[in-house]
Amino acid sequence: MSVENLPLGKAITAGLRQAMLDDPTVLLMGEDIGNLGGVFRVTEGLIQEFGPKRVLDPPLAESGIVGSANGLAMGGYRPGGELQVVGFIYPAFDQITSQLAKLTNRHEGAMQFPVVIRVPYGGHIGAVEHHQESNEAYFAHTPGLRLVSPSNPHDAYWMIQEAIKSNDPVMFFEPKSRYWPKGDVDFSGTNISMHTSRVVREGTEVTLIGPGAMVSTLLEAAEIAASEGTSVEVVDLRSLSPIDYGPLLDSVRKTGRVVVAQEAHGNVSLGSEIAATIAERAFFSLEAPVLRVSGFDVPFPPAKLETVFLPDADRILDAVDRALSY
Amino acid sequence: MAHESVDPMVQMLTPEGKFAPSAASEPFLPYFERLTDDDYRRFYRDMVTIRRFDTEATNLQRQGQLALWVPSHGQEGAQVGSAHATKAQDHIFPAYREHAIGMIRGIDVLDIIRVLRGVTHGGWDPTDPANKNFHIYTLVIGSQALHSTGYGMGINFDGATNTGNPDTDQAVIVYFGDGATSQGDVSEAFVFAASYQTPQVFFVQNNHWAISVPVSTQSKVPLYQRAAGFGLPGIQVDGNDVFASYAVTAKQLDDARSGKGPSMIEALTYRIGAHTSSDDPTKYRKDEELEKWIARDPIHRLEAFLKGKGAEQKFFDEVHDEAAEFAADIRRRTLEIENPEPGSMFDHVYSEPHPLVAEQKAWLATYEASFDEGGAE
Repeated sequence: MSVENLPLGKAITAGLRQAMLDDPTVLLMGEDIGNLGGVFRVTEGLIQEFGPKRVLDPPLAESGIVGSANGLAMGGYRPGGELQVVGFIYPAFDQITSQLAKLTNRHEGAMQFPVVIRVPYGGHIGAVEHHQESNEAYFAHTPGLRLVSPSNPHDAYWMIQEAIKSNDPVMFFEPKSRYWPKGDVDFSGTNISMHTSRVVREGTEVTLIGPGAMVSTLLEAAEIAASEGTSVEVVDLRSLSPIDYGPLLDSVRKTGRVVVAQEAHGNVSLGSEIAATIAERAFFSLEAPVLRVSGFDVPFPPAKLETVFLPDADRILDAVDRALSY
Repeated sequence: MAHESVDPMVQMLTPEGKFAPSAASEPFLPYFERLTDDDYRRFYRDMVTIRRFDTEATNLQRQGQLALWVPSHGQEGAQVGSAHATKAQDHIFPAYREHAIGMIRGIDVLDIIRVLRGVTHGGWDPTDPANKNFHIYTLVIGSQALHSTGYGMGINFDGATNTGNPDTDQAVIVYFGDGATSQGDVSEAFVFAASYQTPQVFFVQNNHWAISVPVSTQSKVPLYQRAAGFGLPGIQVDGNDVFASYAVTAKQLDDARSGKGPSMIEALTYRIGAHTSSDDPTKYRKDEELEKWIARDPIHRLEAFLKGKGAEQKFFDEVHDEAAEFAADIRRRTLEIENPEPGSMFDHVYSEPHPLVAEQKAWLATYEASFDEGGAE
């Protein structure tokens, strides 16, 4: 069974399990990740297999989880912390950005901090306040952190293992609206290199770029565009920090038109950074300004308005039309 | 009739230097009793040396050689006593004023100077055996409490404590001040420590002032009493009594390494100097209070005790001469500290290669070299 059809959430479970089998210093900690298996059941079954010394249900305190994970890393462990949902990460902000991100630098390399922070992020699940944001920009802005986000089960299985093997802190942004759709996971594959962006659909006229859950929306938009006679290329970012610009720039040089899409607020976002970099590095290839499609710059709205807030295929196609109009 | 309360504070040496253990000292006296005359003198020597070092560093800051200085003047009793209570295998997580503890563990205190001169953020390598697990300073108030608790959790998972061998069983001690006890991270560290029964001592140096805010604003109960709410034993000690500080810390660390879990020590002391060289304590505290605490000076009280035991003036003169030499050596070496290479800021941001950092490092090198070339042409 080298290939199995799995939901993304269960692919992460399988990746975590493999990482724990491979390395006894890997341990998991997070709210309700033990007997409950996490609120999204991503750690289901792991406490039964590995016991409570490797799958920790700690007291309810986000800073406590990340701060003690930092201390465990000083003692040679590779802790993987789960923060329950994206909006509950802020109590741990100091321990992530002022401590974890800087501790390797502060120790001048004498200590490494192979801590993984799993963050279920993004909308489309109709949840209450603080559960649906995309706040990657805060962390992508911070030197010392690495950020990745898988868009499909195969990538998720391999990327979580690579994140745990990394000797640097990695924030693993899990697109929770994609936890349930299934996809083939090739267990006999190899490391896919989590810091590489990848063309997931080839096209010639417009390049669409996005991370995580946005990739499936971009593919949907590309399909509609194709039915209307427009050839669209889609690039899955995979790595949010550092951004792998090679495949992005190659694509831009081919199409000359770019739309960057994200669920996050647009103001001072990853999309802003990507747009600026493309303008700097591929200026003479561009036929149109780099356009961004983002969540609006308002607090993530109540669930009944989320489909208006979040970029959908229509808003992306609107931007495609604008790009083609130049 | 009102219930007569017993003074909860562990004190062995009175401010006058008389050995008169308080009632609360009783469980800790066996730890004092194993000290020898050489130990007393070592404590004295360490306190005098670090105070002289502290004065020298303050002067260096005033002369523009350091960006900032964080004085430890007045807190030598709590620091020297507790540091000598640790064992080689223990891990020490300081805040940023624990100069005496660093010196006693074995770091070159010039490394502290290097941090405050502005040539490094870390200063020393806690993984170097010479530094005896003395971790680097943390400036964000209380953040290190969680690191120490996480480290203690790891000790438990490793089975590296409570094996019955006090010479190898590990414990952790973390230092912070009265102000830090208001921080969420410190409360979370107490909670996690209690849950995981870490082999840990929380050592609070209550120096009565968090910069300009008095401890009465931080807490309406004595700080040691807070421990009970977290399920930890809490002990109050006279932090200007080096013997009591030693004995209480030694017992609590022994308890920690023998499976009795974490505890909290509140050491009552006083910051005689400013919070840092940027502070002006005359704006917020009264001279009478300062005078009261100067009269409780930890060095003077041990000196009186030693004189009572027959120590000769020659000993004290020697200690002070050696301390002056130590300070002169620090001054000389401070002036020799070289600035870091600009490119070094890009090193160790990550442990593994990172394209953005590598690109910027290369760009800076080219940019700087362009000035050299311009001059040559």
